[in-house]
Amino acid sequence: MSATAEAPVASLARTDAPPAIVLDKVNKWFGSLHVLRDVSMTVANGERVVVCGPSGSGKSTLIRCINRLEQHQEGRIIVEGTELTDDLRSLDAIRREVGMVFQSFNLFPHLTILENCTLAPIWVRKTPKAEAEALAMSYLERVKIPEQVKKYPGQLSGGQQQRVAIARALCMQPKIMLFDEPTSALDPEMIKEVLDTMVGLADSGMTMVCVTHEMGFARQVADRVVFMDRGEIVESGTPAEMFETPKTDRLRLFLSQILRGH
Amino acid sequence: MSDITAGSTPVPTARRDAPIHTSGPIAWLRVNLFSGWVSTAVTLLLAYLIVTRLISFVDWAFINAIWAVPGGNQTQACRDMKGIGACWAVITEKHRFILFGTYPYDEQWRPLIVCLLFIGLYVVSAMRRFWRAELGLIWIVTLAVIGLLMWGGVFGMPYVPQERWGGLPITLILSTFGLAFAFPLSILVALGRRSKMPAIKMICVVYVELVRGVPLISLLFMASVMFPLFLPEGMNIDKLLRAQVAIILFAGAYLAEVVRAGLQALPKGQYEAADALGLSYWQKTLLIVLPQALRMVIPPLVNTFIGFFKDTSLVLIIGIFDLLTAGKTAIVEPAWQGFGVEVYIFIALIYFCFCFAMSRYSQSLEAQLNTRRR
Repeated sequence: MSATAEAPVASLARTDAPPAIVLDKVNKWFGSLHVLRDVSMTVANGERVVVCGPSGSGKSTLIRCINRLEQHQEGRIIVEGTELTDDLRSLDAIRREVGMVFQSFNLFPHLTILENCTLAPIWVRKTPKAEAEALAMSYLERVKIPEQVKKYPGQLSGGQQQRVAIARALCMQPKIMLFDEPTSALDPEMIKEVLDTMVGLADSGMTMVCVTHEMGFARQVADRVVFMDRGEIVESGTPAEMFETPKTDRLRLFLSQILRGH
Repeated sequence: MSDITAGSTPVPTARRDAPIHTSGPIAWLRVNLFSGWVSTAVTLLLAYLIVTRLISFVDWAFINAIWAVPGGNQTQACRDMKGIGACWAVITEKHRFILFGTYPYDEQWRPLIVCLLFIGLYVVSAMRRFWRAELGLIWIVTLAVIGLLMWGGVFGMPYVPQERWGGLPITLILSTFGLAFAFPLSILVALGRRSKMPAIKMICVVYVELVRGVPLISLLFMASVMFPLFLPEGMNIDKLLRAQVAIILFAGAYLAEVVRAGLQALPKGQYEAADALGLSYWQKTLLIVLPQALRMVIPPLVNTFIGFFKDTSLVLIIGIFDLLTAGKTAIVEPAWQGFGVEVYIFIALIYFCFCFAMSRYSQSLEAQLNTRRR
């Protein structure tokens, strides 16, 4: 899985199959703060969506609603044909199918790298230990960490930890991967190794929803870029449309601020 | 190369030894004990006091001490030396009573084995290589053997009623069973206090607040005096068991707050990562949350453990014959009256050995677990 820096990844979205994620007029409040306002969006199977927007725009809350780390209060969220409700069984089913990568890695510090990766397959999927370890090793090789598997997360660099976190999520063999600002907590020289891993993943046809400020990554892999501001989707389109001919002032302002920073 | 001047060729700075007298014992003494005339005076005064006290203590405890008296209780020699030399004869004479209380004299090998079994159990449990499911089995078997030895009545060992048990075995029984039951209880209560279910949360809060709000002594009194009033006529739960339950409930409430502190210190991201992987509540709690939360609270946990080990001596007030009560009773006999200091030093030493071992073990455990994390 080599990622050449600039070549865009061909779209693998299958619009004929049922959609992977449907959000229908989703609303959420934190106390009196209206953080998601009538958010509607459909993600096709195999589609790669990048969500961007200024901080506090609700983009993290949005993807955290997709595996119910946050609960929405109005509207419907349907993941792989199952609607998210208070029913715990459907929630477990969805969480098995949706992998998540966090800004702060959230590896389990008391477990080795290998144990981090085999824990959920063994306990949730009931995979035999040997099989789970073989699977974990294959994913750890894909993210280029096979020689560190006996170490603990604290002994790895940030970029390595984040790649382990990606491998850990993949070990559950999810249909959808959510990325919540995966490179924001990393030193600049480690961002590329994580982005390369994600490009490789996009190559394999995974459905991805990614909150990120990495516009180069968005250009390279995204089928669609969604721009959020103040809890609503302001604009969405292909990376080329969004970056070259922004329609709204808010997106234009955001892009000018982002690009100045690079 | 500390000198950076444009155009000059960088010359490597030669390695030098550290200046003399900034390290080493003499420098340390100078900085910490003799840094000025006031500190020098204080140092000399304290040194004088410590040395003279130490000399008189050694004189009293070892050089002038009497280790045995003729006939077992002709204590005149001791009385002559009172204040000059310690009368360790009281320990020589009474140690079996202090350690085993009123347990039948000829059967005292049984409580002795019980104490050794307890210590063996602690040592085995402390070793990481025994931290497996079999350890639970070892505990059950050992505790069963301990019960068998104490009560007897089989294998040719005469039956000894619980009223005659005493001394160190009682202290070890109360604290081992107390903490063995209180610890799991406290984990459940701490989890319950953070539960989203209001009824469970309410029960746990009420339990902790009620138990923490009363002194252990009053709980022990309630267990020994009030509790039997509520039982039907003729039914009687033995006193040791009632005190044991009171200690478990009391320790459980305190430990629950310690465990809760660990649960709160765990970053939210750990819970979220476990949720996102689809782990169930109990999988998340047992595999992710508790291993990390308990590790963080080892020092306050051991602090509470040590506290409760010593607090078992409060059963003295409801007439249970633990180590301290046995020691107190040993010097009631007229021949030995007035030798309390020696007996209390002996008992304090026993308590100290157990508590100090716990403290050292917790430090090494912390060090071991932390080196693996970073």
